[in-house]
Amino acid sequence: MSAHDVAVAGVGMHPWGKWGRSFVEYGVHAARAALADAGIAWTDVDLVVGGETVRNGYGGYVAGATFAQALGWNGARVATSYAACATGAQALDTARARILAGLSEVALVVGADTTPKGFLAPNAGERWDDPDWLRFRLLGMTNPAYFALYARRRMDLYGATPADFAAVKVKNARHGLHNPNARYRKEVTAQEVLASAVVADPLHLLDICATSDGAAAVVLTSLEFARKHGLAEPVRIAAIATVTPTFPNTVLDMPNLSTDPVGPGAEPVRTFKESIGHAAYEEAGLGPEDVDVAEVYDLSTALELDWMEDLSLCKRGEAEHLLRNGDTTIGGRLPVNPSGGLACFGEAVPAQALAQVCELTWQLRGRAEGRQVDGARVGISANQGLFGHGSSVILSR
Amino acid sequence: MAEASPAIEGWFTTGAEPALVGSRCTSCDSTFFPPLRPGTAGFCRNPRCEGEEFTAVELSRRGRVWSYTDAQYQPPPPYIPAVDPYAPFALAAVELPEGIVVLGQVAQGYGVADLAVGREVELVVEVLHTDESGERTIWRWKPVAELGEETDQ
Repeated sequence: MSAHDVAVAGVGMHPWGKWGRSFVEYGVHAARAALADAGIAWTDVDLVVGGETVRNGYGGYVAGATFAQALGWNGARVATSYAACATGAQALDTARARILAGLSEVALVVGADTTPKGFLAPNAGERWDDPDWLRFRLLGMTNPAYFALYARRRMDLYGATPADFAAVKVKNARHGLHNPNARYRKEVTAQEVLASAVVADPLHLLDICATSDGAAAVVLTSLEFARKHGLAEPVRIAAIATVTPTFPNTVLDMPNLSTDPVGPGAEPVRTFKESIGHAAYEEAGLGPEDVDVAEVYDLSTALELDWMEDLSLCKRGEAEHLLRNGDTTIGGRLPVNPSGGLACFGEAVPAQALAQVCELTWQLRGRAEGRQVDGARVGISANQGLFGHGSSVILSR
Repeated sequence: MAEASPAIEGWFTTGAEPALVGSRCTSCDSTFFPPLRPGTAGFCRNPRCEGEEFTAVELSRRGRVWSYTDAQYQPPPPYIPAVDPYAPFALAAVELPEGIVVLGQVAQGYGVADLAVGREVELVVEVLHTDESGERTIWRWKPVAELGEETDQ
């Protein structure tokens, strides 16, 4: 517990899927669910922060205002955040900052998306100075191709196998079976993963997460407001890390075509992803040994293994060992992605980091029905997006 | 038909020994790829350097594979498929002696089976696709035959 904790008063989601409706509808559904969970009226919210969606026109660019208007203008302050896959966490951080500054008391944070089918691609138009456009035009470099580069490194450096990657999918599919918000609720066998088409060697179709529609919302309040509101022991946000990379960034990141140069002696202390987790632990005053449950960004199965090491939950090259040992399965020593992860959800960009916070809140309350991690007190999330964005949120009880 | 031209201006040379072109900061000597666009303001990415002047330098033609994959499904636009029906191709991230990892497609005729992390590759220039102005070329990474792999012709 520290001076910069805030309370998670309520969480709510709209189920992930391919519903073909407006992101506003999903967002309002999630917002109302979170407000009902908190027992707080919309008219008592004094700050609304939206996660921007870039594929839904102007209303998506000003998502905070769009949700506020859909809920009925109530005079609240408004902000909209965009940080690629870390959008939800950055929106949460904005809300937290105003609460901790004493400028707001009750904040509603909402992220929602409607996504197209297939590969995520840049918006139309020629942009010869945009790396996200150039990587497609000049190289045909899709997101799964980047995931595949990382997966291949695990195989060549640590002896990981496609069967290990498949085992991540099998585990997460089982975790998500009873999650009412998950899009895919079906057991998957390792054979099915390995028999699915190879998209980007060594990754198969079932190693790679889909893109989905969905929405998640979180109601944050000051600890004092929570107390007055009758929330005696709320789940707290102990840290939100949204650090940028440190030069030289020597690991190839989407959508870049190259890394920064590293000279002799200029090797960075931590990779970008390692620095995200490190910043979260520092802020929370907690360490990896305190973590009971983790929700990490399994854009691909192999990335879940990378994240376990990036968050120092195990040493480099040891994630496969924990996986094979059952440690990361619910009931094991350190369950990872009890929600089912992106494997069961698919990615709804501006909602996804908030969905991780929703899951960790339910886990810490002991209310994750059918997927509960026993006695969880500390949870950590992690994700990374384009252009130097990433986040890690630590919740504690 | 017009002569083949680079798909992007100024990123690589096209002679007998083609090379990527980087921008080297005249203040701190950090070298970056892709190079700065001619006519645009450039700022050194080193946070401890305020350099704004750069010289064009050719990067090493050989490097070692950092990782690799392939594109078995046709990428979406703005990728322009070279052939119809689509033919998969391999991709490699290559670590150059300059300390930069640079992505590229893998040379025609080579796939993931020809690659391994740490394997030496060399830069070649090949046709990426054909558009209204003719053939457009791109840099690619070609595996260098390892000792003992030379064909005995």
